[in-house]
Amino acid sequence: MSAPFDLNDDSVVVVVGSGAGGGTLGTELALKGIKVVILEAGQRHNMEDFVNNEWESFSQLAWTDMRTTSGSWRVHKNFPNLPAWIVKAVGGSSVHWAGASLRLQEHEFKTRTTYGDLDGANLLDWPITLAELEPWYAKAEDRMGVTRTNGIPGLPGNNNFKVFEAGAKKVGYKEVSTGRMAINSEPRADRGSCQQIGFCFQGCKSGAKWSTLIAEIPRGEATGNLEVRPQSMVQKIEHDASGKVTAVVYVDKDGKTQRQKARIVAVAGNSIESPRLLLNSASNMFPDGLANSSGQVGRNYMRHMTGSVYAIFEKPVHMYRGTTMAGIVRDEAVNDTKRGFAGGYEMETLSIGVPFMAAFLDPGGWGRPFASAMDGYVNMAGLWIVGEDMPQETNRVTLNTDVKDQYGLPVANVHFDDHPNDVAMRNHAYAQGAAIYDSVGATRTLPTPPYPSTHNLGTNRMSAKARDGVVNKHGQSHDIPNLFIADGSQFTTGGAENPTLTIVALALRQADFIAGEMTRKTI
Amino acid sequence: MATLIDRRGPSRRAVLAGIGAAGALMVSGAAVLNPREAWGMEVSALKPETMRTLIVMARDVYPHDRIPDRYYAIAMKPYEADAAKDPALKALVEDGVITLDTLSKAKYGVAYADVGWEDQRVAVLREIEDSAFFQKVRGGLVVGLYNQEEVWPIFGYEGASADKGGYIDRGFNDIAWL
Repeated sequence: MSAPFDLNDDSVVVVVGSGAGGGTLGTELALKGIKVVILEAGQRHNMEDFVNNEWESFSQLAWTDMRTTSGSWRVHKNFPNLPAWIVKAVGGSSVHWAGASLRLQEHEFKTRTTYGDLDGANLLDWPITLAELEPWYAKAEDRMGVTRTNGIPGLPGNNNFKVFEAGAKKVGYKEVSTGRMAINSEPRADRGSCQQIGFCFQGCKSGAKWSTLIAEIPRGEATGNLEVRPQSMVQKIEHDASGKVTAVVYVDKDGKTQRQKARIVAVAGNSIESPRLLLNSASNMFPDGLANSSGQVGRNYMRHMTGSVYAIFEKPVHMYRGTTMAGIVRDEAVNDTKRGFAGGYEMETLSIGVPFMAAFLDPGGWGRPFASAMDGYVNMAGLWIVGEDMPQETNRVTLNTDVKDQYGLPVANVHFDDHPNDVAMRNHAYAQGAAIYDSVGATRTLPTPPYPSTHNLGTNRMSAKARDGVVNKHGQSHDIPNLFIADGSQFTTGGAENPTLTIVALALRQADFIAGEMTRKTI
Repeated sequence: MATLIDRRGPSRRAVLAGIGAAGALMVSGAAVLNPREAWGMEVSALKPETMRTLIVMARDVYPHDRIPDRYYAIAMKPYEADAAKDPALKALVEDGVITLDTLSKAKYGVAYADVGWEDQRVAVLREIEDSAFFQKVRGGLVVGLYNQEEVWPIFGYEGASADKGGYIDRGFNDIAWL
């Protein structure tokens, strides 16, 4: 039988979410001949429908269902109901991501061993090593068409990169390039090359950027083994008396409650919705939520140490023209505690348009200091800093039972406080970012606070021992053998690198594992 | 339109305080007018003086000397329609403006929009910046002003590009001064 599948077909793998993790896992399983239903909360758009307008696109793509926040992070003050800037649509945040595709470094899989016991940090080594993941990294890079791998040339540098590159080299940085990007620099895999549109975050209208929406899911669907159901908001995962999951309850596009039976369930709703779903699925047998015997579901929420530095020059830059994030300095990504913190960070070019610059440059700011910075927009260059933040048990996604969503379910509350290591790293990065621009004549630099989180990680983390985390090295829950996590929430620690490549590599690896276990009939 | 003037005329104290921030903005009947820019906005839910003050306040919050009044007026215009439907919002706005004027008169002897120097008006705004009124106006303005496509060229921002083929042949790497 081929897709669409019956609600009572209990032989299917149900994947919740269609982003980098869920979309890749579902497609890869389908390519292996396994029947898959992907339930996606958002709508399905075609790439022609994407909009080159920041707020209009935000309305089209962003997850704006109610969420709440707490903690000392500035996002709580300025954007109390928008902890994360991520996507609710088929393709998930792979529609919105900038394309930076970096492998984690060897030591970043062994942070507890490497950094030691940092006060307040719940550090843990990953149960896998870089060496174990390398074959899947290689497979992911080939599949996504990552530049500077597989003989694919780098992207050409835009104006923003040229300023960044000149400054970085003057400061003495060596590892400066347009980076490893899952954006075609030349036609590949039936997709064309980058047209330097400058709206990578709003969904690529040329198809040069990899996303599960255009590059994975259609391949999966072509097999007849994959069915994607958009506008299907999962409410609960059900289990039987033996504790194995059996079905997923969701509300469909017409507002009707449906129950899809399942042999296996893989959750890939991102690091906010995935723990929320596990917690909202609490039962008599699992009163603290599914897969939560460790009490770690929702904990160790990470968002990367981020921030931006914009700089104003005497003459125009037009930073918004061309690829949003094709530029990187990697020299600071090493672990060198002489700088006063553990772990490292990347600096990557970044541009946002006038509407978002006004919203994010200094949220809540006003008056001449703010307006004169905006007046410098055309002469601005910009970079984003992305570094490893410390997992903390108290940084946490919980259910806010006082606030219900449109389906009557408790919403997620996201609590976050910076760790002192995060603060030290950010201050270092602000100074280095400013130095890059000062060296090529910036008249003013603007250390810009973190945006609502785009890299949401760690809330269902991998661990060797069941008591330390939620899933094992295959993303399989320690408690329930046919329940998997397939998104960034399984990251044990965050590394300094943009997470998507690792999410995809883990999903490909997980697909092999699931297929093997199904053949062996162990799940 | 050039013959329409503010019938109240400036008070002596207002003259002493300076020309007044309202500049070319004047109230006539139920309308706020800007003869220099040749536009007018009729209001009914809000008092015309209130709308004039909102427009002055909008410029003080995000002062861009190259942006004409009309774009600040466009950003403030939704308060008229919203106030007609929402009595609580109407009260928030009218009371907020009364507070601004009261504070300005105490400090400078004239209403907010008649205070001559931006930094003097900003000193008044600083006193109320944590208020619901100020936060409402500022929060709406950050989108209402900067999301107007017509103001983007003033900032040198070109907006949508996919329909023009992106920037691959239109200057994505044309920087020459480095």
